[in-house]
Amino acid sequence: MNIHPRIARSPIAGALRAVAVAAGLALLSGTAIAAEEGAAVHHPEITAQKWSFAGPFGRFDKGQLQRGYKVYKNVCANCHSMKYVAFRNLSDEGGPGFTEEQVKAIAAEYKVTDGPNDDGEMFQRPARPSDRFPSPFPNEQAARVANGNALPPDLSLMGKARAAHRGFPGFVFDIFTQYQESGPDYVYSLLTGYTDAPHGQECASGLNYNKAFLAGACIAMAKPIEDGVVDYTDGTPATVENYARDVSAFLMWTAEPKLEDRKRTGFKVMAFLIVFAGLLWFTKRKIWADVAH
Amino acid sequence: MQGHSTYTPNNGFTRWLERRLPIISMAHGQAVAFPVPKNLNYFWTFGAILMVMLVCQLLTGIVLVMHYTPHTSLAFASVEHIMRDVNWGWLLRYMHANGASMFFIAVYIHMFRGFYYGSYKEPREVLWILGVLIFLVMMATAFMGYVLPWGQMSFWGATVITNLFSAFPFVGEPIVTWLWGGFSVDNPTLNRFFSLHYLLPFVIVGIVILHIWALHVVGQNNPAGVEVKSMQQDTVPFTPYATLKDAFAVVCFLIVFAWFLFYVPNFMGHPDNYIEANPMVTPAHIVPEWYFLPFYAILRAIPSKLGGVLCMFGAIAVMFIVPWLDTSRVKSGAYRPLFKQFFWVFAIVCVGLGYLGSLPAEGTYVLWARVLTAYYFLHFLVILPVLGLIETPKPLPASISEAVLGKAGAAAAHKA
Amino acid sequence: MANTHTAEPTRRDFLYIATGAAGAVGAASLAWPFIAQMNPDASALALASLEVDVSAIKPGQIVTVKWRGKPVFIRNRTPEEIEAARKVPLGELKDPQTDEARVQKGRDNWLIVVGVCTHLGCVPLGGVGQRGEYNGWFCPCHGSSYDTSGRIRKGPAPYNLPVPSVQFLSDKVVKIG
Repeated sequence: MNIHPRIARSPIAGALRAVAVAAGLALLSGTAIAAEEGAAVHHPEITAQKWSFAGPFGRFDKGQLQRGYKVYKNVCANCHSMKYVAFRNLSDEGGPGFTEEQVKAIAAEYKVTDGPNDDGEMFQRPARPSDRFPSPFPNEQAARVANGNALPPDLSLMGKARAAHRGFPGFVFDIFTQYQESGPDYVYSLLTGYTDAPHGQECASGLNYNKAFLAGACIAMAKPIEDGVVDYTDGTPATVENYARDVSAFLMWTAEPKLEDRKRTGFKVMAFLIVFAGLLWFTKRKIWADVAH
Repeated sequence: MQGHSTYTPNNGFTRWLERRLPIISMAHGQAVAFPVPKNLNYFWTFGAILMVMLVCQLLTGIVLVMHYTPHTSLAFASVEHIMRDVNWGWLLRYMHANGASMFFIAVYIHMFRGFYYGSYKEPREVLWILGVLIFLVMMATAFMGYVLPWGQMSFWGATVITNLFSAFPFVGEPIVTWLWGGFSVDNPTLNRFFSLHYLLPFVIVGIVILHIWALHVVGQNNPAGVEVKSMQQDTVPFTPYATLKDAFAVVCFLIVFAWFLFYVPNFMGHPDNYIEANPMVTPAHIVPEWYFLPFYAILRAIPSKLGGVLCMFGAIAVMFIVPWLDTSRVKSGAYRPLFKQFFWVFAIVCVGLGYLGSLPAEGTYVLWARVLTAYYFLHFLVILPVLGLIETPKPLPASISEAVLGKAGAAAAHKA
Repeated sequence: MANTHTAEPTRRDFLYIATGAAGAVGAASLAWPFIAQMNPDASALALASLEVDVSAIKPGQIVTVKWRGKPVFIRNRTPEEIEAARKVPLGELKDPQTDEARVQKGRDNWLIVVGVCTHLGCVPLGGVGQRGEYNGWFCPCHGSSYDTSGRIRKGPAPYNLPVPSVQFLSDKVVKIG
């Protein structure tokens, strides 16, 4: 090795090297810096849950989705719209597994506006499976005035539209562990995160302290569920935790209705690609066998 | 580099066609007989991988347009329509969205391959410049594509990036208004981005053809960095040798692609883009797509608005003149002991800039972004020119075949 | 091994064929989503059936409704129109079909047909005075005439106006599709 003396002899190379080392150190220490902590800073507390739909073979639990739908319908739907989901989706494959007859009956409980009819008037009719879920308020202003000037967000995509911050190096591991359940983890944590405000973080009237809320410590939505507000008929205990878990799973399904299809297709594609890669590897080796390279 | 094309038309029709349009003999010369250095490693398969990704983006894109509606009131809903109702729509859209990321992963590996093995050096300067041009158009295309779903990140990304042009004195504001077609990012902006997002990929195809043409004139560089001396001893025909090797690498790359596509399709995306665009509310923390992060970090590192914009564009512009900044006559980093170390420092600096780009621009992060930005330019403007002058390279092999035999010989000696 | 020389080419050929076949299967499977995406999507399929209140349609009147993006004619036929349709001998018809086979049993007055000419897809006219020489429909594009059962009688159209799947849910409401 004759390079080391060469570097030592060259002052310019030495200087360049020093800069490089300094930059490298800067980078390393840079990653270790945590945000400065203040006493009254709100750190959302989000706890990861076990989900049946996580992982490469994850599938929705139909019973859970049906219970989640019930919670959504009896509680959330009073204020939140879900405008990208149609009643017919409730009987789609990979969903809550309602029968088409059940879906017709569910749809018929809702009224949607249709028209104009032959007299030129808009009219109300019972919803059909092909209709999308009607929104509880006709427009944003109406929603705001009924909710203390806060707008209840649409829930169709809530399972994918919120996520806990994953710092370094956690986000790298997420690729390999296939962690994609940040959304339902957050919804669950939020729904179970209503506690008394710690000292110094009391909320103004009309706002509620929530330890999981991402956008500050105070959320406009009051605690929506209490033990027993929704009847469960399948023997699952009617607790806030169960409601929160079931409705979070339901919202993951509404956000990603093709999840099961995706993972099932993914398995086939992966199996094919690995076999194909193996075949190509041996073919390539055969062809290159007589060439030094 | 003219290959040992041995094609002769062997029936009446091909002889007839050959005299009128010699397309078969051209394809044969370029894709079958084209001589490939026999010592290429797997980093040289990324050209083929990029071709596959470009075709994948074109095909999925053309198909998505059949269902997408470029209007502010319908764009978000039409993307949801694709995800929920269209047959295989979820697959096609996730393919397109993750495909963009995979395209950039491949292009960055391809570029760093070029940096390490000196693939930009004489006589490959034009080949390299065309490559940087492709990279630039790719970035513009990807940026405009990200706007189309009309989510919160789409809208605010479009707002922030178009506002970069407002940094230029006097002409800045009129340029931004012109880009928007209004006084904010709105329907006219979405429509023109859609139009350009459909157009630019075909511009990329055009430059790729030039890129390959230039490649086939000068021939491929190789890990030894010495030019082909004897076609017979140094090269193998493209087909079947390179074709099969490329095919194997492409399928391996597709396995990684499929992992993201089927199991973590939203890993590369941002949750805020599942919220419809709202011109009245900016998300708390806006970041561009990951492949822009190093440049975004450079933009934010500079305290002056115009300075930041100039540095960001400068970070790409400097790549155009790399062939003349690197003064070393040795191409391959394998024979440049000093350069090799600085290459890796540079690679880490780029990753570091990317990481800083994803963090909020506050406190010490800004300081580190400045240090790394300075080093980024130092690498190109000072280190590369100076290294070539002071470095003593290792002795180069006399030819590619000698490099190959030397390696084989060394391996044999090692075993013995 | 003694048989290396003969076994080697076969094994290599098998490898090449297997690789090529796998590639072909992969390419074909990949092509399918790109083709299938052009088929009607789930929201279009969900609208495949239509319920219509026919109680306000008077005898002799034709009402046009939209089903799957196409016009459907609902005609409340008078007894004379039904009789005219039924007395035609089948041998005279280009596309022989009895009138009974084109309506629901017991609801002979209701003729429901897709209003698209079987020639090249125009919408035949059915207004009073525009119904052509067989008193059914007349297609203005190339002069095809249909009778009071929607059957082709004259002109270039090869087939009768198609009858969609029809089900009377009550005396008033009919489900098409």
